[in-house]
Amino acid sequence: MSPFALTPVEIEALRLSLWVSGWAVAVSLPLGIMAAWVLARLRFPGKSLVDGVIHLPLVLPPVVLGYLLLVLFGRRGVIGALLYKTLGITIAFTWKGAALASAVMAFPLLVRAVRLSLEGVDRGLESAARTLGAGPVRVFFTVTLPLVVPGIIAGAILAFARSLGEFGATITFVSNIRGETQTLPLALYTLTQVPGGEWAAMRLCVIAVVLGMAALVASELLARRFAARMEG
Amino acid sequence: MLDVRVKRRQGDFVINAVFRSEAVGVTALFGRSGAGKTSIINMVAGLVRPDEGHIIVNDRRLFDSTMSVDLPPEKRRVGYIFQDGRLFPHLSVRSNLTYGMGLAPKAERYVDFDQVVHLLGIEHLIDRRPAKLSGGEKQRVAIGRALLTSPSVLLMDEPLASLDVARKAEVLPFIARLSGEFSIPILYVSHSLEEILNLADAMVVLDSGSAVAVGSIEDLMSRRDLQHLTGYTDCGAVISTVVESQHETAGLTHLRFPGGVLKVPRLDAYVGAKVRVRIEARSVAIALVAPEQISVQNILPGTVEEITPGNGSLVDVRLDIGCPLLARITPQALKTLDLRAGQQVFAVIKSVAVSHGVLWRNGPTEAFE
Repeated sequence: MSPFALTPVEIEALRLSLWVSGWAVAVSLPLGIMAAWVLARLRFPGKSLVDGVIHLPLVLPPVVLGYLLLVLFGRRGVIGALLYKTLGITIAFTWKGAALASAVMAFPLLVRAVRLSLEGVDRGLESAARTLGAGPVRVFFTVTLPLVVPGIIAGAILAFARSLGEFGATITFVSNIRGETQTLPLALYTLTQVPGGEWAAMRLCVIAVVLGMAALVASELLARRFAARMEG
Repeated sequence: MLDVRVKRRQGDFVINAVFRSEAVGVTALFGRSGAGKTSIINMVAGLVRPDEGHIIVNDRRLFDSTMSVDLPPEKRRVGYIFQDGRLFPHLSVRSNLTYGMGLAPKAERYVDFDQVVHLLGIEHLIDRRPAKLSGGEKQRVAIGRALLTSPSVLLMDEPLASLDVARKAEVLPFIARLSGEFSIPILYVSHSLEEILNLADAMVVLDSGSAVAVGSIEDLMSRRDLQHLTGYTDCGAVISTVVESQHETAGLTHLRFPGGVLKVPRLDAYVGAKVRVRIEARSVAIALVAPEQISVQNILPGTVEEITPGNGSLVDVRLDIGCPLLARITPQALKTLDLRAGQQVFAVIKSVAVSHGVLWRNGPTEAFE
């Protein structure tokens, strides 16, 4: 067997990683845009607290976050028990949990990018849209949102890349179960713990680098296409 | 019809403006920068909330603090043309134009897409992005976008301020044409008397947040007490006229005004075009009998209305020649002629003085086709 061919375990880890990260971004994107809008546009008491909570994952050790998730979303956790009882959904120790852990860890990066972009939107354009007969919701979807697309792309790619690399919170929250929660970093970690895993580890390492680069290139291309569209 | 009575405190600045305008045409909001013009127009649009007062446009109550009426901007049906255009950069010119078109109630739509595009001469721009337009083109598209919402009033906030002289000349005729083409009131904010003379029918003079004078352009421009606000160093009268006939060999154009005919040097305008002229007080002489054998072309009978001391040692005489006219003479001349209010006199105006003053053109001219 060629030393470059991927083993089923590695393919599984790669696929799972993409799947988990994809879901993490998909679920956190609408929430992230909403949070960014609230932080960029509204003034309310306790805003700094909300801001702080959203940014917490950036400053907390991932293991701490993973443990908190376990406490909240475990079968006996406050939210976990409720979800299991009402919808029959189990989060802990499943790929859904891995996606949740990734989403929470990547959330501040997403919010920051979108918020920055939102703050750059000319509010005058929104006023103009209002005078043209559009209500606030229509203005948001036809003017504000299209104008923050660059920020959304940047935030989504950043969040996706961050999710691909998620390790600490994931292993604490959903453990390291092959085919269910063993994403790329976890597989890599496992390989480094067994004798003779060096080659496999190196292959995964290369894959991780390629994925990261691909994400950055994709982000750049999308941003350029958007700029070209604005130029007409 | 516009009926505005608004009060609002913004920090130390208080806006307290009351004005009504019956005119279907253009009402200019005139004042120096910082006089509160934009704030008032924003209140009409619903972008700024007055502390108290009312705003009524064509019998529609847009805001009334006593009745707790405060329509959101999207319900006011105002067409707002901003100083900076504010075209949506992510949409094509066509999408910009049609943005508000479908949002107006069907029964109240009276503006047709093709008509507006043709009127503003923007057919060839329709598939471009705003980033690819010149300043003048942007403003024309912005005007079209506002018009296509079939508004009940057009609000223009210094739509020409960001344009250079050539672009101004490009956009101005289109604005001049709007009030005739669509019979809706236009509220036009400007600090440029030139634009106002070209466009407006009525004028509201604002000074530090208050409307200090409301009336027709002709009346307000000849009022000496407003001179410090209008900023003319020489006072003068503004007369609205219509081109009556062209006399090529005589080198004259005859302009019809309420008091007769004003002869001015050949003016490049169609017969029937509306022209506003400004005649400075110092280029008007007064005679007790109609002078004969004189090069002056305009000898107009009138009545002395009022005599007031002017700047320095001179005297300002206000005449009624079918419309107000100002003459500035020396105290010696006043004594010699023994002028009194109510006296019948002749105003003597050199044709050249009219054209050497400023000549403003309005209405349809050859610039359009």
